[in-house]
Amino acid sequence: MTGRTGISVLALLAAILLAACATTPGLRPQQTLYVELGELPGITALVDEFLWQIAADERINQRFSESNIARFHDKLVEHFCALSGGPCIYSGDDMRRTHAGMGIDYAAFNALVEDLIEALDARAIGTSTQNRLLALLAPMHADIIER
Amino acid sequence: MTALARRVVLLTMLGIAPALSAFEMPRNSRILATGGATQLEGQAGGGIVPWAVLAGYGSSGEFGASGFYTHVELSDYALDAFGVAASFDNRLELSLARQAFDLGTLGDALGLPDKELRQNIIGIKLRLYGDLIYGASPQFSFGLQYKRNLDFGIPSAVGARRANDTDFYVSAAKLWLDGAFGRNVFANFNLRYSRANQLGILGFGGDRSDHRDVLIEAAAGVFVTRRVAIGAEYRQQPDKLGFSPADDWFDIFVAAFPHKHLSLTAAYADLGTIATLHDQRGWYVSVELAF
Repeated sequence: MTGRTGISVLALLAAILLAACATTPGLRPQQTLYVELGELPGITALVDEFLWQIAADERINQRFSESNIARFHDKLVEHFCALSGGPCIYSGDDMRRTHAGMGIDYAAFNALVEDLIEALDARAIGTSTQNRLLALLAPMHADIIER
Repeated sequence: MTALARRVVLLTMLGIAPALSAFEMPRNSRILATGGATQLEGQAGGGIVPWAVLAGYGSSGEFGASGFYTHVELSDYALDAFGVAASFDNRLELSLARQAFDLGTLGDALGLPDKELRQNIIGIKLRLYGDLIYGASPQFSFGLQYKRNLDFGIPSAVGARRANDTDFYVSAAKLWLDGAFGRNVFANFNLRYSRANQLGILGFGGDRSDHRDVLIEAAAGVFVTRRVAIGAEYRQQPDKLGFSPADDWFDIFVAAFPHKHLSLTAAYADLGTIATLHDQRGWYVSVELAF
């Protein structure tokens, strides 16, 4: 009957949300993400691929025409390594300063995220590893997007 | 109400026209699946519930659009719906949809004059605040659906008071990256103000009450991969007609997004009693084209 199906569906909705609340990212060992990304060689290869994706993306590539690509590459590797729990210390500028004046709006930020996802796919990095990295990076939107 | 709703849509469209020239070609900057699918009433959402997200893939300064066709095959009835939607600046969504409800067994049994009940729906949705993915706040939207019956004979005969009416709702949606088990989890919650009988297919208001009710709608799901989502939805229904009770609606769904221009949704829906016939369950299939 409808009532029984209804209760099952509501229970399913509740279970999905409870599971989401129960697994807080902080409880997980961060070292794993660094390892999952293939440590320094894997992260370097990922960043290489990410830069190729950006370079080919006509929505945003002109924004990087003034950038020092070699420095951008190295700082990004360092940043991903440090964020994922690897043995690196990020020595670059903070996100607000790095992106100041680039006029990055929601559209450009989304394009960047999409290029990173394409790079993760190209490197055959699995869904949960992708999501964990994206979850660490997403909060940076507040410092990168200019309103 | 008709004239007012038409004027609102017209003025909104006229207001947008000059702004459109400033928009660039569709660049599809929003992330895959963030426009959801198209729900039964033609707005971005799930299957039976509209969500706070907007149609297509337009991000800030961009526009997006979608078109859909949906078929629902129930125990004794069938429903077809199709329509188009456009969104601007990830801020405003406008949509047009047509529904055709096939009376099936009931139509045959009673020798009814109309074999199907059709209605047109104009939808407007405005994103008020927040973003589905970024930031702590959910994405909040306000929506309305102006609906007009094209075949009001049967709805009128069973007690419906109006052939056209407007539903209003507020909606909140959030996606949590790495929300559970390394998967992205999303949820949506709506409060709707409506007196629509079975979406309005059986008219609006009735012999039991002609007032709108505040109704709850909810959806939640998980992206198994970034291209495939599974989830469930719930939609409370008004109960205005004395001739037959109306039960709340439920569905479980799987949606696939092979790329940004195509999505396919399949669901199993339980819509309860519709126009005296009990246990209306069945399959829901929907195809959406988007940019």
